[in-house]
Amino acid sequence: MTEQSRTDSTDGNKRHYSHTLDLSKGKVEMVHGSGGKAMAQLIDELFLNAFSNPWLDEMNDQACFQLPAGRVVMATDSHVISPLFFPGGDIGCLSVHGTVNDVAMSGAVPKYLSAGFILEEGYPLADLQAIVTSMAVAAEEAGVYIVTGDTKVVERGKGDGCFITTTGIGVVPEGVSMGADRVTAGDKIIVSGSLGDHGVAIMSLRENLTFETTIESDTQSLNDLVAAMVEVVPDIHCLRDPTRGGLSATLNEIAQQSKVGMQVYETEIPVKPQVKAACEFLGLDPLFVANEGKLVAFCPAAKAEQLLAVMRAHPKGMDAAIIGDVIEDDLQFVQMQTAFGGNRMVDWINGEQLPRIC
Amino acid sequence: MKYVDEYRDGGLAREIAAKICAEATPERAYHFMEFCGGHTHAIFRYGIPDLLPDNVKMIHGPGCPVCVLPIPRLDAAIELAVTHGVTLCSYGDMLRVPGSRKRSLLKAKAEGADVRMVYSCMDALRIAQENPEKEVVFFAIGFETTTPPTALVINQAKKLGLKNFTVYCNHVLTPAAISNILESPEVRELGVLPLDGFVGPAHVSTVIGSQPYHYFAEEYQKPVVIAGFEPLDVLQAILMLVRQINEGRAEVENEFSRAVTYMGNSRAKQVVADTFELRRSFEWRGLGVVPYSALKIKDSLSEFDAEKRFIVNYRSTRENKSCECGAILRGVKSPRDCTLFGDPCTPENPLGSCMVSSEGACAAYYSYGRYQERTFATDQSHPAA
Repeated sequence: MTEQSRTDSTDGNKRHYSHTLDLSKGKVEMVHGSGGKAMAQLIDELFLNAFSNPWLDEMNDQACFQLPAGRVVMATDSHVISPLFFPGGDIGCLSVHGTVNDVAMSGAVPKYLSAGFILEEGYPLADLQAIVTSMAVAAEEAGVYIVTGDTKVVERGKGDGCFITTTGIGVVPEGVSMGADRVTAGDKIIVSGSLGDHGVAIMSLRENLTFETTIESDTQSLNDLVAAMVEVVPDIHCLRDPTRGGLSATLNEIAQQSKVGMQVYETEIPVKPQVKAACEFLGLDPLFVANEGKLVAFCPAAKAEQLLAVMRAHPKGMDAAIIGDVIEDDLQFVQMQTAFGGNRMVDWINGEQLPRIC
Repeated sequence: MKYVDEYRDGGLAREIAAKICAEATPERAYHFMEFCGGHTHAIFRYGIPDLLPDNVKMIHGPGCPVCVLPIPRLDAAIELAVTHGVTLCSYGDMLRVPGSRKRSLLKAKAEGADVRMVYSCMDALRIAQENPEKEVVFFAIGFETTTPPTALVINQAKKLGLKNFTVYCNHVLTPAAISNILESPEVRELGVLPLDGFVGPAHVSTVIGSQPYHYFAEEYQKPVVIAGFEPLDVLQAILMLVRQINEGRAEVENEFSRAVTYMGNSRAKQVVADTFELRRSFEWRGLGVVPYSALKIKDSLSEFDAEKRFIVNYRSTRENKSCECGAILRGVKSPRDCTLFGDPCTPENPLGSCMVSSEGACAAYYSYGRYQERTFATDQSHPAA
């Protein structure tokens, strides 16, 4: 497109263009980020069409909304995953799930998102549309609205198709107070399902690593699972989604922030056989591999079985398992009893296991 | 996971561990060196030390290819990428090893050099085929396990008539390193390094077979048990070594009989023999100059030898004076004996090579075994304590 494009007329906030955007063969051009009519058309015909809601439709430079009473939570996440489409998802739904989950891990109910796009000149509009549609579906499923956004275009070779940054806002229900510093010795550690699916799904597509697997990314929003958990056990001490760095990074972060140690049991940690096998031949540890649709919960031991039952009754927590205990430890070590019988540290990941995983 | 889980069975592990406890004579200590980094990794990853009685100690050997590569040769690889502007391909761990002035291949990459991580040397060959305008160098490291694939790609490159592909060969030989350790003054004269037997390499032995180890068993009277890399393999090998010691035997036994034969892989050995020849001597990090311990590309294939195509400079470098990698690679010291261990030397900020690769003793100890620190101070029976 679209030097020829022009605004012919307006109908309220709705603008009309002489040519419609060529969503089947068109490409992202520099003008789509220049602030002119081409950009307006891209926004109208692609983003507004997909995300339409009362706040976005006002087409202001900002969204203005009311929030229910309570503490407000805000989180932001940039997504640069490669490849943009992968088994089980794409950068679009991932960018919604990632931020929804970051907000939800405070126990909050996510409400609104913003979305910033950095597009590379030449990127197919058809692919962009698929990504945007996927975002819209993910937002609807999660019950959140994308209420404001931004689009920039960079020259060919200066980006990698499409980068997306989303920011989310939510409100914490009364009586819920989670934090990474609230975990105490005696708490139980619960994971909501099998670990490593997302990382292995992405790895299977990397150009120098191609291998066939039936594993799909676990990317999904967890706010409904969190809501169910919080309703029954409001006193969950902490929730965290083990994304980059996997379970090991999450456990080590919390151990440091709460100044405790952790003891987990390898036999209790759910890992799918295909993920185990892929990690085996790639020389990876499933505990280091990224997840995009799982959470780790720390809760008082007395409530653990009750919480586990709630999680297992939810479709997104069917494979939940209690994997260990929070213990007192000045050195803040995370240890694991191996299935083999010995003990070992579960340390932070070293170096880059796989770049651009989310 | 079929064919893997069977070798990680906790129940069987307890049975073998109980036998080791029952059969290890309390009056004496048993010091066994696992030569391979793969074994070192398995020992820490599965928590094997927790299953052994106090008087059975594992000493970690030099069989970590990344760890034993001397800094001048790493510096030379960095120079190939930076000064000569080649596309330098190597295995992941190698990219993170700090060379002199804390430079590494990864840092060179960040500064603009074309450094690629490959999983296989075939990937390097493919990169050369797809980028005929680029000089592609495969930075080859490793023991007998990774040598046959390197030989194959050199021959493949010749078949394809590739003009832009060379190999910077740093392949080294296991038996030469074992000899060097057994001949070291610490073992022979000073008795600093009590060494009662070896857990023999797994993958290396699939290539060279069990035959080369008989010399060590006979000449030095040290039992060798070749073991697979799974934790049950390692435990079983330790039990076999304890039994040999108790019975006064010094033999080569093959625990890894599902993959290792007496003569090894004759096709692999042949392609290696056709492609490489012995270097008169080669410097190892930690072991120093070891005669006939490494391979170079034969003159008939010199067009694929990066050391022939490019002027590769070797400048001697001084290692951090406090770094104990050398002594650790010889088994004389343990990671915890190094004053740099943990602070400032960590896997994120490795000062020495043993902290870089997951097969390095320091990295394995740091990443998996550090919880033992609580008991370390009271562990007086450690060989190097």
